[in-house]
Amino acid sequence: MNSSRCAACKHLRRRCPSDCIFSPYFPSNNPQRFAFVHKIYGASNVGKILQDLPVNLRSKAADTLCYEASRRIEDPVYGVVRELTNLDEEIQKAHCQLARIRAQIAVIQARDEVDNVNNPNFFPPQND
Amino acid sequence: MASSSSSSSSSSYSNPPCAACKFLRRKCQPTLCIFAPYFPPEDPTKFSNVHRIFGASNVSKLLNDIMPHQREDAVNSLAYEAEARLKDPVYGCVGAISLLQSQVAQLQKELDATNADLMRFTTINNNNNHGRVAGYGGGSDPNYSGFSLPYSNPGGEDANYS
Repeated sequence: MNSSRCAACKHLRRRCPSDCIFSPYFPSNNPQRFAFVHKIYGASNVGKILQDLPVNLRSKAADTLCYEASRRIEDPVYGVVRELTNLDEEIQKAHCQLARIRAQIAVIQARDEVDNVNNPNFFPPQND
Repeated sequence: MASSSSSSSSSSYSNPPCAACKFLRRKCQPTLCIFAPYFPPEDPTKFSNVHRIFGASNVSKLLNDIMPHQREDAVNSLAYEAEARLKDPVYGCVGAISLLQSQVAQLQKELDATNADLMRFTTINNNNNHGRVAGYGGGSDPNYSGFSLPYSNPGGEDANYS
């Protein structure tokens, strides 16, 4: 048995060729990494995605595929989309908070202006 | 008079195949097809994207493992991920996450600065009014820092997804 097979070829129970598309990104010491992408995308689809990319971008692509696959396994309904939703909610909340604080500052500034122009000799209108 | 054919086995005009079965060129039985409720024939791109990234078999297994009331959300999130991956084969959805995280970090800085301004104005106002209490407790939280970033820069060189 060839002990230098990558995690993908071990998982797929096949010989690992010297030009294996998976071996640079799925080392044998991390079998779970390939197991995740295989479960979610399938080996063939992952191979096609990597094959269509320039060599210098394949590592990043493999990393992001692994990340999204692991998130989908943890959360089968929403996967990584849940993080997008959560971040979007945080952004909305922050905008509201900013608007509220700016409004408070505007109130304070307005009060300061009123105090500054306050006329100590002001008399209320008298009724005849 | 020729009688109209009443074939019950072939797909009729009232039961067009769902987008999945049309793509896969197979017979669609709406009551049995796992895809039919979520891949209407009017939107063929949705299934073709999902098929290209995940594969029909994987999607079918995923949907079978999910409660029926959650399947629509699952399909929509899969379709979103698939579209994102097709647009950006390197980063997929992770690219969008990275952008949003940057926005969150920027907003946090802005909030910190604006909070500091508020404290400054509050202090000045209190000093000017000699004890007049500034009532700004209407729901505001000067110490708001509710951001939690699950990770930093997933697209960077030190990204580690293993």
